[in-house]
This record gives sequence, structure tokens and C-alpha cells, in this order.
Amino acid sequence: MSPEAWQAIGLTLRLAAATTVALLLIGTPLAWWLATTRSRWRAAVSAAVALPLVLPPTVLGFYLLVAMGPDGLVGRLTQALGLGTLPFTFTGLLIGSIVFSLPFAVQPIQHAFEAIGERPMEVAATLRARPLDAFVSVALPLAWPGLLTATILCFAHTVGEFGVVLMLGGNIPGATRVVSTQIYGHVEAMEYAQAHALSALMVGFSFAVLLALALMRRRGTRVMP
Amino acid sequence: MPLRPHDRPRHAKPVARLRRRVGLGVLALPLLAWAAAAGAAQATQGADVTVAVAANFAAPMKRIAQAFERASGHRVVAAYASTGKLYAQIAQGAPFQVLLAADAKTPERLQAEGRAVSGTRFTYATGRLALWSRQTGGVDAQGAVLRSDRVSRLAIADPKLAPYGAAAMQVLQRLGLETALTPRLVIGESIAQAWQFTATGNAPLGFVALSQVMQDGALARGSAWVVPAELHDAIRQDAVLLRAGKDHEAAIALLRFLRSDEARRLIRDFGYEP
Repeated sequence: MSPEAWQAIGLTLRLAAATTVALLLIGTPLAWWLATTRSRWRAAVSAAVALPLVLPPTVLGFYLLVAMGPDGLVGRLTQALGLGTLPFTFTGLLIGSIVFSLPFAVQPIQHAFEAIGERPMEVAATLRARPLDAFVSVALPLAWPGLLTATILCFAHTVGEFGVVLMLGGNIPGATRVVSTQIYGHVEAMEYAQAHALSALMVGFSFAVLLALALMRRRGTRVMP
Repeated sequence: MPLRPHDRPRHAKPVARLRRRVGLGVLALPLLAWAAAAGAAQATQGADVTVAVAANFAAPMKRIAQAFERASGHRVVAAYASTGKLYAQIAQGAPFQVLLAADAKTPERLQAEGRAVSGTRFTYATGRLALWSRQTGGVDAQGAVLRSDRVSRLAIADPKLAPYGAAAMQVLQRLGLETALTPRLVIGESIAQAWQFTATGNAPLGFVALSQVMQDGALARGSAWVVPAELHDAIRQDAVLLRAGKDHEAAIALLRFLRSDEARRLIRDFGYEP
């Protein structure tokens, strides 16, 4: 494999790791809120979180490009903060990936929290655990299969991301050229040998991830939503 | 109206029934969509000529198709994509009768492979490259801005995939700016994306097709330097009759129409040289 291919693989793994960490931090509180709230906004928030599941990635990518551009809301904010605009940067891609994989983090964690039910938390409260303490020492450990599923799905989904990166990235080697856009370039340029090598790697990786999930599920832990 | 407790059972039933009914309705949706799509497909079956068009030629093609339909009574069904994708589709047996490519290489290759009718290839348009900014005054008439430090990012189409991208790289090379500007390039997968990066302001400058920023013979907005044709190899866009269009009257008529004065005028209005 060529140095460019290794560079793209390295970048993809970095992006996937950063996205996964960020999504666990954002997704866990959001999932807890969705699992426990009685707010009338619950349905709307839930639908908004699920949007990336059904929207074409190019739509997401296009809106992100416009929003983060010099006239967009996000773009104006980042410019005011002296950060410049985010498209064509790793940070820009990271934000795009977080939005794109949000449901893959929130939904499994939310289902895990819902499966616990109210009782363990009530018991913790009667034992005088403060809400945050109960959350950390009761809810989180009980929901670990959901957290694990979310971690695996977010990582894999980011590795397989294409449309958003294509719209936002600018295909810059080492900064925004990931494996999927690299494959696309090879195919369009009719360099089928290089495209095959990377594609086969991608298929192998994705299969291994899904196999791992299925094996965990067979062992009886409820990890899939 | 507030509910009293004993109202609930009586009230819940119709709601449940309604829910069930809505549920069944949702199940029927894909069926309805399919039926509608089938109807729509039937309506387009009278189409006369199916033509694959390079994405950069989409705007002029729409005008040309209208004029052709008026003049000939035939109907045009056009599919737009990058030339690389169109090639892959044609090689896999796509039912296109005519190809209007963004280069000369692809029609030549299709002819060599026997997928196009030999002797039918001709240049229908020659593309011109423009350095464009969406801001007035963003680009001067000589392109000197390229040597200034105002170029934080420069959008181009992927030189490996798009003829306009390859031409843009030639311009940078001939101006001796390749090393200086390569780190600031943002690369669109097509000339359409290079335009998009520039049009959204994410890149202050971009090498685009003149046809993307021209309207009725004038610059639609922003400022541009029309790159002198000597600075890059000619961007020849060739058309060819595909095997599926062999002896097909409407397909041959469309190719003939592309060389007519009317079509040439339209093509020039969009910033191409016919």
C-alpha cells in the first residue's frame, strides 16, 4: 500500500477515535435526559437526534458547509473567536462526524438506560445517594452494554463516513483525505487496483466490527438497541 | 376538555382504533409511492433520445434541449454526472444514446472499445477556465491576486479527475506558483464542487469553469479573471454517438443540432467556445 493510503488510514482512525470520545461525552447525558424526561420536547429532540439516520449525508454535509462558511451562524461565531472558518480542517470534519453519528451514540445508550428502569435509581436514592452519585455508580455500570455498543458503532460509522467528508473536506492529504474519499478518487480516476486494496480493507474491518457485536449479543448481554 | 377518570376507557378505544388505522396507512405508503413511480415511469416512456451529459454542461444543455425539442419534435432525456461516472455507467451497459463528455479522452476511449460509433466524435464546446471570487474586486483582470498574500485558500477541481482541475494546475505551473500555492489548495471532486467551495465563501478564490459564472454572455456575480487560453491545454469537450444510439434518428438529429448556429450561439452565451 502507498504512503498516501497509510496517511489516509491514519487520519481515518484519528478522526474515528476523536469522534467516538466526543460522542460518548455528549451522547451519554443526552441519552439519560431522553430516557428519563417527561418534557414535551422529548419527541422533538428524539426526532432531531435521529435525523442523520434518514438524511442523505450530502444534505448534512452541504448544510454544514454553509453553516460553517463565512456567512453561516457557526462560521461567524468561529471567526469572531479568531478561529477562522472550519471547513477543510480536521476540526470541521470532527464536527461533521459528531453530527453524522449522533444517533449511533444516543440510541443504544438511551435504550440501555430505559432497560434499567426507575427502580435501581430509586433504591440508590433511598440509600441516600445523590443523583449524580447514583448516576455514576448505578446507572452507568448497569448501562455498560449500551455504552459499549455506542462506542463500537460510532467508531465504525465514522470510519465508513463518506458524503459529509466529501462535502466538507476539500480532500487535503493528511488533513481531510480519509479512506472513503481516497477510494472514491481512485474509482473516479479508474485506478481500480488501489481502490480494491482499500475497499477490501474496509469490508474486512466492517465485517469484523459487526461480527464482534453479534458475538457479544449471543453471549446474552443486551448490547444492540 | 378535562377528562374525568371514568371517561378514560370510553375515550381510549377510538384513539386506539385510530392509531391502528394510521398504522395501516403508514404500511400502505411505500405501496402508494411505488404505484406513483410506476405511473411516472410510464409517462416518460415516449422519450426519444437519452443523453449522458457532463455535469459542467448541465445549464447550456437544458437550453439546447428546449431549442432542439422545439425544432425537431423529438424529446430529450438528459442525465448529468461527472464524465468518469458516465464512463463507468456506459461500460456497464447504461442505455445512453449520446454522450456529451467533459473531455476528448473518454469519447475516444469508448470508440476504441467499440462502445461508441466510430466517426461520430466531434468537439461541441471548448471550455474556458476562470479564476473567480464571489466578491466584487476579489479578483483583478490580470489575476495578479494569485501572487498576493490574500489567497488563504484556493479551490480547484481534482486534477486527476476533472479536465478543469488539470488545466488549473497547468496554469499554476506556467505562472511558477505551483510550490507556493499547493499547500493552500482545497480540492473539489468535480468542477461543480470547486465552484461550490468558492460560492459559499469557504474558499475566497477558485479556479472554476467560465460557464459556471457566466449568464447570457456576462459575469453573473463577483469578479473573475478569464484565464488566457495559452496558459493551459485546450479543454476540449467531445460528443459521440454511443452504440445504443446507432441508426437512432433522434440521437443523430441531436448531434447534428449541436453543430447548428442556434446551438453554437447558446453554447457561447454560457462562456464556452463552440
